[in-house]
Amino acid sequence: MSIDRNMKRLYTILTVFLLSAFAGFSAYCSEATDSASQEKLNPKEIIFEHLGDAYGWEVPFDHHHRIPLPVIVYGTDGFHCFSSSHITGGETYDDNGHLFCLAPYGSPHEGKVVEIVDGKEVRPIDISITKNVAALIISVLLVAGLLLWLAAFHRRNKFKAPRKGLGAIEALVTFIYDGVIKPTLGPQARKFAPYLVTVFFFILAMNLLGLIVIFPGGANLTGNIAVTLVLSVITFLVTNLMANKHYWKEIFWPEVPIWLKCPIPIMQVIEVFGMFTKPAALTVRLFANMMGGHMIVITLTLLIFIFSAVSPAAGGGATVVSLIFSIFMLLIDVLVSFIQAYVFTMLSTIFISLAQEHEHTKEAHEVEEALQSELAQGPLVEKH
Amino acid sequence: MELFTPDFGLIFWMFVAFGVLFLVLWKFAWPIILKTVDSRAELIDKGVEYAQNAKEQLDNARREAETYLNEARRQQADILRDADKMKTQIIEQARQAAQVEAQKVMDNAKLQIQQQQKEAQQQFRNQVSEFALAIAGKVVHRQMEEDNAQNQLVDSLLDEIEKKN
Repeated sequence: MSIDRNMKRLYTILTVFLLSAFAGFSAYCSEATDSASQEKLNPKEIIFEHLGDAYGWEVPFDHHHRIPLPVIVYGTDGFHCFSSSHITGGETYDDNGHLFCLAPYGSPHEGKVVEIVDGKEVRPIDISITKNVAALIISVLLVAGLLLWLAAFHRRNKFKAPRKGLGAIEALVTFIYDGVIKPTLGPQARKFAPYLVTVFFFILAMNLLGLIVIFPGGANLTGNIAVTLVLSVITFLVTNLMANKHYWKEIFWPEVPIWLKCPIPIMQVIEVFGMFTKPAALTVRLFANMMGGHMIVITLTLLIFIFSAVSPAAGGGATVVSLIFSIFMLLIDVLVSFIQAYVFTMLSTIFISLAQEHEHTKEAHEVEEALQSELAQGPLVEKH
Repeated sequence: MELFTPDFGLIFWMFVAFGVLFLVLWKFAWPIILKTVDSRAELIDKGVEYAQNAKEQLDNARREAETYLNEARRQQADILRDADKMKTQIIEQARQAAQVEAQKVMDNAKLQIQQQQKEAQQQFRNQVSEFALAIAGKVVHRQMEEDNAQNQLVDSLLDEIEKKN
């Protein structure tokens, strides 16, 4: 029986792979017809298009139609707001006598909205709802919705533990709150937990939404340096604005031999530098991990087209291989999404707790006293 | 490279979005969620402690009950033993009392019998003396019918009295 079932499964898997191998042929064919009319496949451009931002949101199986998003720019005379569908096709849009278009290939603002003033491209202040911003809003709504739902549940049922979906959300809350924040921050856990758990859920939602390839997801948000930069800047601000006296003393007058800090402020320079390397590390870690994941999956997918351009057989083979690796990488990315959200939260917690530490000279004294009293009591205890 | 230069629009929206998200959750979600999570953890801790205490108390109560039971059993045995002792004692006492009583009754009876015997003897004696007197009277009467005999007797009696004196 079980052998039968396993054989059936095996057949199913083989069929899927065979079909995907034939997909290579179709890719080759479409490539063949496309290459006649359009320029050659440019993997670099495709990769960067997928990793970067856009004014519209592409829909599956359609290269030309995009979900239009509002473009909001502050040009030479004030705000302009219009639909991105007016410009994403490469057209120039006239908004009350002001001309806007996407900067063409080769321009310093390539792919961005520019205002054309006297025939020159001028980059306006651009706060358009781009694909990334839209994904950001979706993530915010998702996180807010889920957590408000959980809050509503708790408001209704006093001490009842939620089950199923809500239970999973609460498991994540307690995972971070009880597992990371409380042990690190101790009595101040309650004060900083709202920020830290919000950051965790926000990053997790953005990471996971980024892995869904079609509409509500697919934006490479946490793989965008602006997003991670803002998050770590907020952690930096929270760390330094909430820091206690001891933290600042450790930076500007640390307990080291006087020659290390007095005539030439070596330690101060190092410590101040350290203040900024922490958020920088946070920024780059999340950004690089998530962008790397996206890039690998896109590259693996593109391999199909690259090999199909060589020969149908190679395309077929590449399809099977790239399918296996893509699935593997996407599964790894789900794990990485979680780990990176966790790591960001954990490091933020540690940075904040370092700025909340009390003087260790005092603690050292206490420890010493405790040790001495223990030593004094030691023989007595032994006598007993 | 575009990837490494943060875009102003996205930074702006990121601050706005995160700010809004944080404020909303800070106001409406986190207080209640964290409070519930904390208080539930406390409740569970307390519950565990309470259950442990209850178990301990139950064990104590069981042990106490057992000691009470043992005590009661011991007391029961003591009482039974005492009662047994008392029973034999009472029986013994009763027997002694009965013996004493019986002795008394016997003694009484003996005394009475002796008295009656004495009385009977007395009566018998009286009767015997009566009979003897009567017989003697009759005998004497017949013998005294003759004057000689009467004189003789008086003489002899007088002799006798003389001798005595």
